[in-house]
Amino acid sequence: MSKEIKVLGTGCPKCMQTTSIITEVVAENDFDASIEKVEDIMEIMKYNVMSTPAVVVDGEVVIKGRIPSKQELKDLLS
Amino acid sequence: MFDWVQNIADFIVYNTLELSRDSKLADALNFFIYDSIKILILITVIIFLMGIINSYFPVEKVRNFLSRNKLYGLEYLMASLFGVVTPFCSCSSIPLFIGFVKGGIPLGVTFSFLVTSPLVNEVAIGLFIGLFGVKITILYVLSGIVLGVVSGVILQSFKLEKHLTPWVKEILKNAEKEQSKYISEHQSLSQRIPIIISEVRNILRGIIPYVIIGIAIGGLMHGYIPEGFFEQYMSKDNLFAVPISTIMAVPMYSNASGVLPIVQVLVAKGIPLGTAIAFMMAVVGLSLPEAMLLKKVMSIKLISIFFGVVTLCIIISGYLFNIIL
Repeated sequence: MSKEIKVLGTGCPKCMQTTSIITEVVAENDFDASIEKVEDIMEIMKYNVMSTPAVVVDGEVVIKGRIPSKQELKDLLS
Repeated sequence: MFDWVQNIADFIVYNTLELSRDSKLADALNFFIYDSIKILILITVIIFLMGIINSYFPVEKVRNFLSRNKLYGLEYLMASLFGVVTPFCSCSSIPLFIGFVKGGIPLGVTFSFLVTSPLVNEVAIGLFIGLFGVKITILYVLSGIVLGVVSGVILQSFKLEKHLTPWVKEILKNAEKEQSKYISEHQSLSQRIPIIISEVRNILRGIIPYVIIGIAIGGLMHGYIPEGFFEQYMSKDNLFAVPISTIMAVPMYSNASGVLPIVQVLVAKGIPLGTAIAFMMAVVGLSLPEAMLLKKVMSIKLISIFFGVVTLCIIISGYLFNIIL
């Protein structure tokens, strides 16, 4: 049941912001999810994204190239 | 259009704070207040408008368009134009580069995008209009596009594919002209607006400190450096000014918001516009951090050729600007 969330990004401020927003949303809503930050570019390329930050949930790329809003994340994770 | 902002600045400095009209501090503060307000308004509006345009041209769509259509030379121009409307985060440059190359887009066309994208973006345009006026902004945008097209064409002719790193070549071998299923998001404009607004907020949050600091430094320089100060050292006749300032600027990096307010003051104090713009382009468009990032996908030789060609084009633009303006 636990969702696997990955944040793809090489470490710039936008990627860090994305990770913290996701962490907040998961905590606030008590979602059962693990959050992993993928910073290695070779790993990131395996997901075929062209702009970071990107968010992957259970293997599917759901957000590309921007910081998601809390509402969006809430909808995606519930 | 912004007279009312000037009135506000004047009121605060001369009425509320009662500073004397001749004092350098008053000059500096007036400049700071006026420019900060004006520029923040302009940037917000332009980021928002570009955000709308960009929402209809996401990178995947651009990539698929460029790889699918035979454009007989126009593809360099299209790549450059897409670079204008696409926001550029330097950490995305590698995923983007690989994505483009995987899609079968020629290296030169990809370079056109990579050159124009950091140079011409919503923040730079907003700042240019606020600091230099619409006419120079248009010239700058055009030169950013031309720079991208010309660099792209030149670099394509060098046939540089063999200088990509082994890792990238592997990806290319396995990719076979990949075109991801681009699922077009059929959203109406009103549905896109909330996302665009949050993008505007994010971008503003990122650049406001730099803009304020840049304008503050600009303000101090404005008030305390005498007019024509730089003219003695860097007149249009000094032929070395353009290449020296450009080459010095290449390894430096600052985003446009930090460097443009300062450049504007330099110009106001006597540095020729062409020299200043060449400097700014080299700071924003090329940098040591970017070179480090690109090392993952390009051999050092390729990076040097890339940087060399773009630097040369910037120097030439610098001279041209000095002549025209």
